[in-house]
Amino acid sequence: MKTLSRILTRLGRGTIFLARTLAAIPQLFVRFGLVTKQLHSVGVHTLIIIIVAGLFVGMVLALQLHYTLTTFGAEDTLGLLVDLALVRELGPVVAALLFAGRAGSALTAEIGLMKATEQLSGLEMMAVDPIERIIAPRFFAGFLALPLLAAIFSAVGILGGYMVGVDLLGVDAGAFWSQIQDKVDFYDDVLNGIIKSIVFGFIVSWIAVFEGYDCVPTSEGVARATTRTVVNSSLAVLGMDFVLTAIMFN
Amino acid sequence: MSETLIKIRNLHFSRDHLKIFDGVNMDIRAGSITAVMGPSGTGKTTLLKLIGGQLTPDEGEVIVDGQKVHQLNRAELYQLRKKMGMLFQSGALLTDLNVFDNIAFPLREHTNLSPSLIRSMVLLKLQAVGLSGAHQLMPSELSGGMARRVALARALALDPMMIMYDEPFTGQDPISLGVLVKLIQDTNQALGLTSILVSHDVEETMSIADDVIILSDGKVVVEGSREEIERSGSAYVRQFVHGEADGPVPFHYPGEAIDELLLKAAK
Amino acid sequence: MFKSIELSVGVFVGIGLAALFMLAMQASNLASLNNDGSYEITARFDNIGGLKVRSAVKVSGVKVGEVSAIDYDTEMFEAVVTMQVDDQYQQFPRDTIASIFTSGLLGEQYVSLEPGGDEKLLGNQSEIRHTQSAMVLEQLIGQFIFNQGSDKKDDNSPF
Repeated sequence: MKTLSRILTRLGRGTIFLARTLAAIPQLFVRFGLVTKQLHSVGVHTLIIIIVAGLFVGMVLALQLHYTLTTFGAEDTLGLLVDLALVRELGPVVAALLFAGRAGSALTAEIGLMKATEQLSGLEMMAVDPIERIIAPRFFAGFLALPLLAAIFSAVGILGGYMVGVDLLGVDAGAFWSQIQDKVDFYDDVLNGIIKSIVFGFIVSWIAVFEGYDCVPTSEGVARATTRTVVNSSLAVLGMDFVLTAIMFN
Repeated sequence: MSETLIKIRNLHFSRDHLKIFDGVNMDIRAGSITAVMGPSGTGKTTLLKLIGGQLTPDEGEVIVDGQKVHQLNRAELYQLRKKMGMLFQSGALLTDLNVFDNIAFPLREHTNLSPSLIRSMVLLKLQAVGLSGAHQLMPSELSGGMARRVALARALALDPMMIMYDEPFTGQDPISLGVLVKLIQDTNQALGLTSILVSHDVEETMSIADDVIILSDGKVVVEGSREEIERSGSAYVRQFVHGEADGPVPFHYPGEAIDELLLKAAK
Repeated sequence: MFKSIELSVGVFVGIGLAALFMLAMQASNLASLNNDGSYEITARFDNIGGLKVRSAVKVSGVKVGEVSAIDYDTEMFEAVVTMQVDDQYQQFPRDTIASIFTSGLLGEQYVSLEPGGDEKLLGNQSEIRHTQSAMVLEQLIGQFIFNQGSDKKDDNSPF
């Protein structure tokens, strides 16, 4: 009972916090430099891990699927399967998990440390709202970055699948692309995947900035909050993925 | 007697069922340096946060410059805060900005001054705290004392009417301590600021304070001008000013007596 | 230093948009979709088998359009299939036959149009009169067994 009321209190606090953050976003368009700076730390720093991971996931998918498909003589559909798996599922989800581990934890730690070193209080006493100045740009940058990162993950993954499938395993290049262009639907598959990554970007960024803002301002508190960000946002992404998949592709 | 800038009436505040203030009243004269002293854990920092409107009291009111702080809306509160400077214990400089940008920060946020004007204002403030040569350093490159001086320059950037110092002397070497004491006194006199100084470094604090308030157990136990305090025969003052281990503020944390605890352990 | 942050963010956003563009144009059917010029024809079938919305409409194996809607007419007890055919293929005679075929043994089903000889052409919103339903595998097998049985009976006929 006590745990439940604590969880609900936190949820309520998180929602009010989110509302204040969202209310501060319109002002960011006037001072987009703040967002650019955060896009650099959230997006650019995550780019390398996303590209490397995407490449390997695509290559492994091609290897595994090729093994199964040859038993049916259906190697020509390799590109199609790699593309669908990446665009609909792995791109948004794996990119979101990597993003939570790389960028989300960094956001929480940064904001938590700013709280622990009284920087957030200091801003308040300078009559600057930390939610407007610190939280909103970080949230918005995370929200913008993840869909781009997920798209990069999928695109690189497809190229990885092409390298293994066509160059290494000898699948016909024409069949690889024609199957994809024939059967992968832009609206049903690609656009739904992008919508997924937009939702994940929202959730992960929200959890990351909230955990930082709400942490106990000690070194232990910041460490705990960082762990919670990775665990909670990973679980939220996987849970939300199930819900979205059920709605989109039933 | 000059007019009162800050009035605190019947202030009650508790955190996690722990009573921190239990009916505190105080008046702080405009233009004075008022020292708020007391043992650790008596909520001195909390008091500053209540004055700044970062915390809300359970009961009672804080009136700053004629405005009831906790009845203001956000815009009015922010307007009032522009007239309040606060120096945090750690300095609270923004770690991703260098010294220059930290001091320019409130000017850039709240004014539309031209970059060249901001530049000269920042350099003047830095000159006042003796650090104009350090304007390109990052906060991580500063010593604790330098960080506090930079934070003071930042707090002064908007020319506030008052400034609150949260434990400015803690953990300083004698030289930077002397510098800080001098700076606090000089800024107070030169700019006509009202200063509230929260500290338990008795000697330094007593050397510059006009008025002294001693808190204990959530109440004001002693208040008066420095001369009155120094002459006072109050047991609290004696214990606090002379740093005696035991007295009205007990050496032992309240709890069961040691013989009972030992007896229990033996059983 | 600030300029280089802007540059690297610009590179990041550029790569991201390029990836989105690749997913749209190279890795999906967006490039081959042209919804701007098409006209609608309908056809009624007793049985559409596994035909779905977005299934292909083909003539001589060339894709000319796709199925946009499948409804059931509760008065005539027939399936009504609505197809969008690209504007560039407008020369279908009125007596064109629409059949539902399967590509390969286990492949997906599509609508095949076989042009007839009528001089009048199918226009927008017109209906194809001649249709041939989908072959359902179980029915085929059933018919085959039934025919085998009756053939044997004929062979052993004493007459």
